[in-house]
Amino acid sequence: MTLSLAALGPALPELLLALSALALLMLGAFAGPKSTDTVNGLALAALFGALVLVLIGPAEATLFNGAFQVDAFGRFMKVLALIGAGGTLAMSVDWLKIEKQDRFEYPVLVLLSTLGMMVLISAGDLIALYMGLEMMSLALYVIAANNRDSVRSTEAGLKYFVLGALSSGMLLYGASLIYGFTGSVNFAQIAQAAREPSLGLIFGIVFTFAGLCFKVSAVPFHMWTPDVYEGAPAPVTAFFASAPKVAAMAVFVRFAMEALPNVAHQWQQIIVFVSIASMALGSFAAIGQRNFKRLMAYSSIGHMGFALVGLAAGTQQGVQGVLVYMAVYLVMTLGTFACILSMRRKDGMVESYDELAGLARTSPVKAFMLAVLMFSLAGIPPLAGFLAKYYVFLAAIEAGLYTLAVIGVLTSVVGAFYYLRIVKIMYFDEPAAAFEPMRSEPRVVLAISGTFTLLFFVYPAPLIAAAAAAARALF
Amino acid sequence: MSLAALFFYLFAGVAVASAFMVIASRNPVHSVLFLILTFVNASGLFILIGAEYIAMLLIVVYVGAVAVLFLFVVMMLDVDFVELRQGFLQYLPVGVLIGMVFLAELVLVVGSWTFGAGVTGAVTSAAPGVSNAVAIGRVLYTDYVYFFQAAGFILLVAMIGAIVLTLRHKENVKRQSIPVQNARTKAMAIDVVKVPSGKGL
Amino acid sequence: MSSLLQDYLPVVIFIGVSAFIGLALLVAPFLVAFGRPDPEKMSAYECGFNAFDDARMKFDVRFYLVAILFIIFDLEVAFLFPWAITFGELGNFGFWSMMVFLAVLTIGFVYEWKKGALEWD
Repeated sequence: MTLSLAALGPALPELLLALSALALLMLGAFAGPKSTDTVNGLALAALFGALVLVLIGPAEATLFNGAFQVDAFGRFMKVLALIGAGGTLAMSVDWLKIEKQDRFEYPVLVLLSTLGMMVLISAGDLIALYMGLEMMSLALYVIAANNRDSVRSTEAGLKYFVLGALSSGMLLYGASLIYGFTGSVNFAQIAQAAREPSLGLIFGIVFTFAGLCFKVSAVPFHMWTPDVYEGAPAPVTAFFASAPKVAAMAVFVRFAMEALPNVAHQWQQIIVFVSIASMALGSFAAIGQRNFKRLMAYSSIGHMGFALVGLAAGTQQGVQGVLVYMAVYLVMTLGTFACILSMRRKDGMVESYDELAGLARTSPVKAFMLAVLMFSLAGIPPLAGFLAKYYVFLAAIEAGLYTLAVIGVLTSVVGAFYYLRIVKIMYFDEPAAAFEPMRSEPRVVLAISGTFTLLFFVYPAPLIAAAAAAARALF
Repeated sequence: MSLAALFFYLFAGVAVASAFMVIASRNPVHSVLFLILTFVNASGLFILIGAEYIAMLLIVVYVGAVAVLFLFVVMMLDVDFVELRQGFLQYLPVGVLIGMVFLAELVLVVGSWTFGAGVTGAVTSAAPGVSNAVAIGRVLYTDYVYFFQAAGFILLVAMIGAIVLTLRHKENVKRQSIPVQNARTKAMAIDVVKVPSGKGL
Repeated sequence: MSSLLQDYLPVVIFIGVSAFIGLALLVAPFLVAFGRPDPEKMSAYECGFNAFDDARMKFDVRFYLVAILFIIFDLEVAFLFPWAITFGELGNFGFWSMMVFLAVLTIGFVYEWKKGALEWD
C-alpha cells in the first residue's frame, strides 16, 4: 500500500493539530516556563487553523480502509468540538496564571486531547473508536489533576482515571464480542453482518454502550461526574463539560446509526432507559447542590439525557435533534463557565452560587446574561435551550416514544427549579461583595453565548439546516 | 485427552486460582506476585492458541514492566490493607446475595448461547507457514498505519502525563553543569582582592 | 500436537527441571535436617531489638516516574520487533511509517530530557 501525502488531504485538520502539539511541546521544553504565553497563543491559533481547515476541507472522504471518514456529520461535530476546546482554552489562560497553575504542558495536552476527539468523531471502525477515546481520555485524566498540590484536584484525576479505565475495559470487551460475532471491526461491515441479533452481539452492544455512556456521563455511569467537576480546576471543568461531551456523543450516535441500524430495536430500549434515568437524576439530584461546578455536573448529566432522547428515536430527525441539542448545549455551557470562572473576589475564587447574591445590582449586564443562560438551560421559550429540547422531543413523539417525551418534559420542569433559584438569588437577594471585574476572554465568550442563546429563535435556520445535512450523512 | 488440552487446563486452572489469590491475599505485595503468576499463565494460554508474539509481549511488558510498576505503586501508597478490609465481613452477605443474582442471570443467558450461522468462519485465521510476528509486521506498518501512529501519540500523551504529574525538582539542589564548567575562565574563578592591613574584609 | 507447540518442549522441560530442583531444595530440609526448636533461637539478638514497625516504607514517587517511562519505551521496542523481521517486505512506506512513529516518541524523549526527568537529585 502506498499513501501519498496528497491523499492525506481530508485529514489535514488532524495533521495540523498533531504537528502543532509536537512543535509546541518542543518550544516549551527548550524555552522553559517563560514560553507559556506563547504556547497558549499558538495552541489557540492551531485550534482555529484546524477549524478553518475543517470548514474548507472536502465534504466527503474516506481514508485508511474506512477507519477515518469525513462527512457532514463529522464536520459538524468537529466544528463544535474545536469551538469548545478553543473557547475553554482562551478562557483558562488568565485564570491559570492567577492561580499559578499555568504550565506550557496544559495547552499541549488540550491539543492532544482535541486530536483524540477528532479521531473519535471521524472513527469508521472500532479500533479507531478505541484509539481516539484513549487519546482523548488519557490527556483529560492528566489535566484533571493539573493542580497537583491540591488534594481535590488529584482526587478528581485519580477517580476519573480509575473509572475511565474500567469503562475502557468494558468498551473493549464489548468491541471484541462485536468483532467476534460479526467478523469485522468496520462499522459498515458490522451493519452488513448484524442483520439478526444474536445473543453474543447483544452482549457486545450492551458492553460497548456502557463504555460510551460513561464517556457522555449518562446514568447509571455518571458517578464520576460530580466529583471530577468539583475537584478539577474550573477551566478544566469547563473543558470537560464542553468538547469531550460533544465528541463522545458524536461517536455514540455514529456507532449506533452506522454499525447497528439493523438491530435498532435491541439498543433502543437501553437508550430509552439511560435517557430517562439521566434526565431524572440530573433534575432531582441537582436540587440539593450549592456548589456551582457540582450543579453544572448534574446539569450536564441531565442534558446528556435530553440529547439521548433524540438518539432513542433512532430516526434522521432524532439525529438532527441530537446535533442541534449538542450545539446549543455547548454554547450555553461555555457561557455559564465564563461566569463561573469570573466568580473571583480579592481573596480568591468562590464556587458556591449563593455568592452570586444581588449580582443584578453589582454587575447588571453579567447578571442578565447569566439569567438568560439559566432560563435557556431550564428550557424556557423562546430561548435556544427550549428550541433544542423541542427538536429532540418532536423526534421522540414522531417515533412513537410518547412516554419518553412526557417524562422528559416533566423532568425539565423539575430541573427548572434550580436554574430559576440562581436567577432569584441574583435578582432578589441582598447583594454580596462585588466580584473582581471580568477578564476580557470570559467576557467575550459570555457575550457571544448570551446573545446566541437569546436571539437564536429569530434566525435558527442556518444551524437547523446544517444539522439536517449532517444527520442525512448517517442515513 | 491430548497433551495440549492437559496444558490448557493446567494454565487455565493456575491462572484462575492465582487471579483469585490476587484479591484474597492479605499482603498486597503477595497480590502483585500472584498477578505476575496470572500473567505468566495467560501467556502460556496464548502460546497454546499459537499467538507466540502476544505471549512474549505479555511476558516482556506485563511481567517485566507493568508488574514492577504495580509493585512500586503498592509500596508508594503504603495503604493499610488490613484496615481497608474491616468492613469486608459486614458487607459479605449483601455482596454474596448480589453475586448470586448475577451468577443466576449469567447462567440463564449463557445457557441459551448459540453462535449465529457463519460467524466463526468470518474471523480470519493466520496464514499457514507464517509466524505471527511476521503476520503482524506485514500489516501493522502499512495497512494499519493510522492506528500505529495513533498508538505513538497515545504513548506520547502518557509520557507527558507522567512527567507533568510526578516530576518535582527539589529546591536548592546543586547540579553539575558541564558547559558552565567548561566555560569557566581564570578571570571568573579567581578574584584578587587587596585587603588593607588592619581592616579585615 | 502441532509443530509450534513442539518448539516449546525445551521450555517445558526447563520449567519442569527448575521446578523440581526448587521444590527439592525447599522440601529436603524438612526431611533430613536436624532440628531442635527453641523459642530463644527465634528472638532478636542480644545487641538488637525487636522491630518497631512494618518493614515496608513509602517509596519516592520518582521510582514510579522511572518505571512508567521505562514501560513506554518498552512498548516502543515491542513495536519494533515485527517491523525488524518484516523489514525487507515493507518497502519505503513501512520504513517511513516507523520513522514517523520513532520521531513522535523521540520528541517525547527530548521533552523528558529537557525537563530533567532523567536526573536524580
